[in-house]
Amino acid sequence: MADAVDRDVANMQGSEALPRKNGELVFEAPWQARALGMAVALSNQGLYPWDDFKCHLIAEVAEASERARESADSPAAAYYTSWLEALEHTLLDKGICSPEELERRTAEFASGAREEVY
Amino acid sequence: MSGDHSGGHHAGLPSDLEARVRALESLLVEKGITSSDAIDAVVAAYERDIGPMNGARVVARAWTDPEYKRWLLEDGTAAIEALGYGGAQGEHMVVLENTPTVHNLVVCTLCSCYPWPVLGLPPVWYKTPAYRARAVSEPRAVLAEFGLELPDDVEVRVWDSSAEIRYLVLPERPAGTEGLGEAALAALVTRDSMIGVGLPRVPATA
Repeated sequence: MADAVDRDVANMQGSEALPRKNGELVFEAPWQARALGMAVALSNQGLYPWDDFKCHLIAEVAEASERARESADSPAAAYYTSWLEALEHTLLDKGICSPEELERRTAEFASGAREEVY
Repeated sequence: MSGDHSGGHHAGLPSDLEARVRALESLLVEKGITSSDAIDAVVAAYERDIGPMNGARVVARAWTDPEYKRWLLEDGTAAIEALGYGGAQGEHMVVLENTPTVHNLVVCTLCSCYPWPVLGLPPVWYKTPAYRARAVSEPRAVLAEFGLELPDDVEVRVWDSSAEIRYLVLPERPAGTEGLGEAALAALVTRDSMIGVGLPRVPATA
């Protein structure tokens, strides 16, 4: 299963392809690798087929590119922002998290009320 | 990585994006849906090493299946894709066969073009100016530094990768591996042997 998902990830070709420089994956901040790791790990575990996530990702990337002129983000930061949004939508779609708990938990980390992931 | 404090706009406080990522991870872990270890494992694989195993499977298949080998040498891109390893950058794959009289060595003199779908992320030395220059000017000396001393009657051919063409070396199948299956053979194939700076491992003494 894990191999098949890795292959699906590596084979993404269009606007949804992972950002690379000279063939190497580009991560500009730990959160970007973490977001990638979560999406792949959950699909590895069979929580959703990779294509489900990919559809959300393609939609988010398309939406972000319309806003791109106003954004000062690097390509990798813009891409992984879309990735994160796709992951949130996928999990909300599947009913794995509720919008309220996600919002509450995010606010706790943003304010420093919660620091550890565990 | 949860203890990381980089990238925040204010000391100690995470950015909005970091907060969202941590919130997701903490909810998923709390609900028992996944573990931080499972996420760590994926991140490590993607940061380091998604690929050399893919190339090793290609080589092992070529060692065991003469038809596949012929196809691989004739149309590397298609034969590699047939095993499920696509070139997401659309580059053309050319496979170079080592023989008792020819040893192939791959470099990218311009930057660090590399067949990542089959070999993963390039090693640091591959990208150094020293390797890029010396692989062309004095390949035997470079190989010797990697511990590979070739007899004088073996011709060394150096191949310069580009954005359009990526090379993969098909090393010679080690002696004494006649009884091994494809999976056991793949375990002998190293990344370095597919770049041409090394040879496959020799099986533990039978």
